[in-house]
Parts: sequence; C-alpha cells; structure tokens
Amino acid sequence: MQLGRVVGQVVATRKDDALEGRTLLLIQPLDKQGRDRGRTLVGVDAVGAGAGETIYWCRGREASLAWHPHHAVPTECAIVGIVDSVTIG
Amino acid sequence: MLIGRVIGKVVATRKHASHEGQKILYVQMLNLDGSERGSPYLAVDAADAGVGDDVLIAQEGWSAMTSVGKPYSPIDMAVVGVIDQVHLSE
Amino acid sequence: MLLGRVVGTVVATRKDPRLEGKKLLVVRTIDPSGKDQAGYVVAVDTVSAGFKEKVLLVSGSSARMAGGCKDCPVDTAIVGIVDSVEVST
Repeated sequence: MQLGRVVGQVVATRKDDALEGRTLLLIQPLDKQGRDRGRTLVGVDAVGAGAGETIYWCRGREASLAWHPHHAVPTECAIVGIVDSVTIG
Repeated sequence: MLIGRVIGKVVATRKHASHEGQKILYVQMLNLDGSERGSPYLAVDAADAGVGDDVLIAQEGWSAMTSVGKPYSPIDMAVVGVIDQVHLSE
Repeated sequence: MLLGRVVGTVVATRKDPRLEGKKLLVVRTIDPSGKDQAGYVVAVDTVSAGFKEKVLLVSGSSARMAGGCKDCPVDTAIVGIVDSVEVST
C-alpha cells in the first residue's frame, strides 16, 4: 500500500455497472516527508475518504477485493484507509 | 521478495474491515548496498517486526493477504520475515 | 520470467511459518549477455542453486506453482539453473 492525499474527485456518468454509486477520488502520492511525489491517479473509495485527507491505497488486482464478496469492482487502485498519523523512527 | 527496513508505523482509525487489528508498517525498500530503493510503502506485519528491523517483503497479493490470515482482502504487501543476516558473495 | 545470478543468502529466524525450511537466496537480475542489471530479488530456491550460478526466476502468483511452494507466501522462485543463453542477432 502507499500513502497519498485526496486532491479531488472524478465524476463519470457513463461507467461500468460495478462502479455505479462509488466515489472516484484523485490521489496525490506522498513521500515520507509528506510532500507531493509523482503523478496523481484515480482510486475508488472504500472507506469514505474526503478532500484533503491523508489516505493509503492498495494497488493491483488486490484492490478489487475491497468489496469482496459482494462486488467485483474493476479497479487497480482502492482507497482502504484514512491515516491519523505516520510515526517515523 | 525484497529487502526493506521498517522506518515507521501508520495509525488509521477508519480503514477497511480486513485491516482492523493489523499493524501497518512504513517500509523503505533497500538496494543490496543498503541504500534506499524508491519510495517507501505500507505493508501489513506478519512477522512481529519493529522500527529499525530489516525485513523480507512479499509483494504479491495472495502471499500478503494470507500471511495475516485475510484472504480476499485489499492487501498488496506484507512483512513476512525479520532478517537476521544477509550474506553476499560479491 | 527473468534471468539472474545468485549473489547471496538471507537468514530470517522470525518469519511466516510457511517459509520454514525454505532456502532464501539473493539474486541479481542479469541481461541475456550475463551483465548485471540494477535490480535484485530475494527468491525461494526450488532447484538447489548455488552461489554465482545463473538461474531462471519466476515471479508473481506463478511462483507458487514451483515445486514445494504451493500455498506458501512466495512471490519469486528459482525454478531452473541456466546452462546457456543463446541470443540470435
């Protein structure tokens, strides 16, 4: 999983049925100093994250398991935690 | 698997049900000379690792999920061993 | 699958019980001419590879199909010792 910050939301009316009713959020990956790192990506929210919050996401095929066994959601990026704190060292 | 070093811990109150009760570690991957390799990742802890430990990281989903007894979960990485020693021949 | 060269071993006492008894080798990935690449992996040895030997690596969930790795948390396995690589030009 990786750390990121929610920087926006994506709205798409026509989409895969399994994405219906789900929130698509824009994620800015963060480095260990909490600074922006690399390019933004779109993730499907599984925990009710909101704008500005620090989150962590799961990548790959495993991401689609966030809704198992109820739904198979076609995503390779799922937001699975809202971060309270990161302690380094 | 890759070699990483535990550099911190992450606390998250609101998270996926399968992550409840799991220790989430912040892990910096290392090159063989001990230098940092890329950005750090978050991994669930299956080996009772702590900050400063050098660890073995599984990067494949099924391995990571089952190491903490949570098959079919959104878990993509786990600490599956605490490394005592790495012997290099080169 | 990737080509590699065995450069070391890893000793870990505290680990997932399913890794007990497995030999963990440090393998540097190489190009077909045998030159070192930047990367390395820690792989489970299933063919009794030795130091400096050229090996064949399988990664991802397929690694669990290597001998003795069924139901083990293994993402990279050594499945062959390479005798020669011919590159047609």
